[in-house]
Amino acid sequence: MSDAAPTVVRIERVTKTFPQGNVTALQDIDLELAPKEFASLIGPSGCGKSTLLRVIGDLIEPTSGTVTVNGKPARQARNDGDYGIVFQDAVLFDWRTVAKNIALPLEMLGWGRAKRKARVEAMLELVELGSFAEHHPWQLSGGMQQRVAIARALAFEPALLLMDEPFGALDEMTRERLNLELLSIWAQTGSTVVFVTHSISEAVFLSSRVVVMSPRPGRIAGFVDVDLPYPRSVETREEPRFFELVTEVRELLRKRGEHLLPEEAAALE
Amino acid sequence: MSGIVISERGPTVGGRAVRQAGEWLPALVVAAVVIGTWEGAIVAFHIQQFLLPKPSDIASTFWTQRHELWPAGWYTFKEALGGFAIGSLAGVAAATLVGRFKGLGTALMPIFIAANAVPIIAFAPIFGAWFNPISPHSKMAVAAVLCFLPVMVNTLRGLQSASPRQLELMRSYAASELEIWRRVRVPTALPFLFTALKVASVLAMIGAIVGEYFGGALNALGVIINSEANVFHFTTAWAGILVACLLGIALYSSVVLVERVAIRWAPQARDS
Amino acid sequence: MPVVKRVGVVAATVVLLLCCWELYRWIWTSTGWTWPFLVNDTSMPHLWTIAKAFGQPAQVNQPALITVLLHKMLFTAKEAAAGFAIGAVIGFALGVILVHSRLLQRGFLPYIVGSQTVPILAIAPMVVVWVNPKLPTGLQGWGAVAVIAAYLTFFPVTINTLRGLQSANPRALELMRTYAASRWTVLWKLRVPASLPYVFSALRLAATASVVGAIIGELPSGLQDGLGGAIINFNQYYSIEPQELWATNVIAAVLGIGFFVIVVLAERAIVRRPPESST
Repeated sequence: MSDAAPTVVRIERVTKTFPQGNVTALQDIDLELAPKEFASLIGPSGCGKSTLLRVIGDLIEPTSGTVTVNGKPARQARNDGDYGIVFQDAVLFDWRTVAKNIALPLEMLGWGRAKRKARVEAMLELVELGSFAEHHPWQLSGGMQQRVAIARALAFEPALLLMDEPFGALDEMTRERLNLELLSIWAQTGSTVVFVTHSISEAVFLSSRVVVMSPRPGRIAGFVDVDLPYPRSVETREEPRFFELVTEVRELLRKRGEHLLPEEAAALE
Repeated sequence: MSGIVISERGPTVGGRAVRQAGEWLPALVVAAVVIGTWEGAIVAFHIQQFLLPKPSDIASTFWTQRHELWPAGWYTFKEALGGFAIGSLAGVAAATLVGRFKGLGTALMPIFIAANAVPIIAFAPIFGAWFNPISPHSKMAVAAVLCFLPVMVNTLRGLQSASPRQLELMRSYAASELEIWRRVRVPTALPFLFTALKVASVLAMIGAIVGEYFGGALNALGVIINSEANVFHFTTAWAGILVACLLGIALYSSVVLVERVAIRWAPQARDS
Repeated sequence: MPVVKRVGVVAATVVLLLCCWELYRWIWTSTGWTWPFLVNDTSMPHLWTIAKAFGQPAQVNQPALITVLLHKMLFTAKEAAAGFAIGAVIGFALGVILVHSRLLQRGFLPYIVGSQTVPILAIAPMVVVWVNPKLPTGLQGWGAVAVIAAYLTFFPVTINTLRGLQSANPRALELMRTYAASRWTVLWKLRVPASLPYVFSALRLAATASVVGAIIGELPSGLQDGLGGAIINFNQYYSIEPQELWATNVIAAVLGIGFFVIVVLAERAIVRRPPESST
């Protein structure tokens, strides 16, 4: 898992411009993430948070700057399977059962059948879907599908977990429940998590640190350290400190341009 | 993706049987009504007994002439089957090549689309000249050409229909091109392939019979239908047509059965 | 890719394919291979021979082949166009009727689908004999062929019209209900516009099918005026003059592609949306 390197993710002066439409999605981003950190990226549309997530995952190449994951260049980290990714859409394969979906990265890493089976069972327990192993994705609810996607992302125990608004398509109650589950899973696996979200309360509830971003050009507006103790619970959302932090994040967003007209929100994240 | 949990426990067995009957009943009713009216109208009004024989006559000829018609049907069916197999395999191969090498697609797609617009019937006599008009190979060629295009176009569309998210996911695993094909593109293409195979199955039989118009063995179904029609034995001709229909439907149904088994995972909402 | 470049690539590919023809021919005749079929001047005439045949008369005292073929092409085109129109209208009407009743759908769709398993070529002679006496004199002969062309045309149009009419957004249907819109209004203001892409997709197929149907219909009807007649004629002389049958096929291909292109252009004009790139 995570090695003795002081930072898991280091981003130095990363800039990303998209030629079509001359969009500066990211400008001079500097970011460092420590092991076992839970960092949320939050900001209005067009602030580049999803782009930044993909830059970390080497799914998008930065125009300039360096990205280091686990002490290696991002490309090598991807080739070595150092991170798992969860999208807003679960992206499960219809033709595979739940168990086989979770096993996908393990198959690609060349694990033997017995080893795969054991790990898949462990992951199913982790996300509490043990009795659904032989079901197909379309037989599950949206929340359950996302849990499968999380199980798949963590199957090979990566040091880093990238999540792009994974609960965005779910209703609030399911969301809150999955937030708790995610925290419990994170506590058990100890990965570093980069979590993109639109929801201020979700960001504060989950993270140890909230990275506030602003658009046009996409840049980091500021950081908010969340000093609420772990493990967090339903009650945490009702603590005064929680509200203070939420307000702090909100103020930071507003100051740096949250109130943009929708048309102004430039193209791509 | 839906947020609905689909329960595994359906309604009672009896309830399901009634529902399935409800699916079939209207078609049966229509068949009964049409055949009944047909038969009745001919008897009552002496209409066109010459050209449009009574269903009962067709049915009885279907049975009495079976020694000639059924083996002939089988012979033509084999031609259709051969053409179906060759055309479909070629279609899949072509789709794979075009899917793999994008450049080929840009250059060839307009040509394929134009080729699709060419009446293949015009080439049947040429195939006859190539492969000897009597032999089954010329008919197989017609059937194969008819099957090739729908299979290729649809399979290609299927291969290209992987969602960008799925491709991103595979890239996050640093998957090789081959692995992406194996794990994503091919399974995604299967439903499209089967849709095309259903279309091709019908075309194959038609292609075989059309091919036989320009010459074929004396025991081939198309030849028999033609010669009987030429001497105004329309009842026998219609009985032969009935054989051809049944065989076409049989091939179509076999494809449907294989589809049910091969892509059991396709949600029932997918239509044909 | 800009249009000019695309056309260039396609043209280059066509030229390449024609060269492949000659290359294949050259290889097979030099080596004498007989699989898949024997290659000689009869089975695969030189491209140049075919091209030349256009300029010469097929029979003594007749105009050049190309003139003859173009006349026949127009004759067949007439049948195909009529069949296309009839089939499209019937197909569309059937689709409209069926979309309003699941019961009718379940009752008739199996037969509509099954109708396509009937080998049209086998039925053609009977249709011709049956329909011709019913038509006014001017329409006889080619009218029956148009009917056969219509038979091949109506099916894709029916199926796609049905699918297109059903594809209307359920939310939009709900909206229409809040306006207490009649079925007729919903049909014309919502369903039909929603169905246009599907209908045009089918019309592209139907364009080809109508040409095929027209040629097939001519075969048993003994009509000399169309391409079907030309095919039968030149088929008989194939061993002596193969290039004439090939020339006929080229013209038939032109007709098929021409119809297809017309429909695509009509679609661009009417639907003001890029046509779908596949059938």
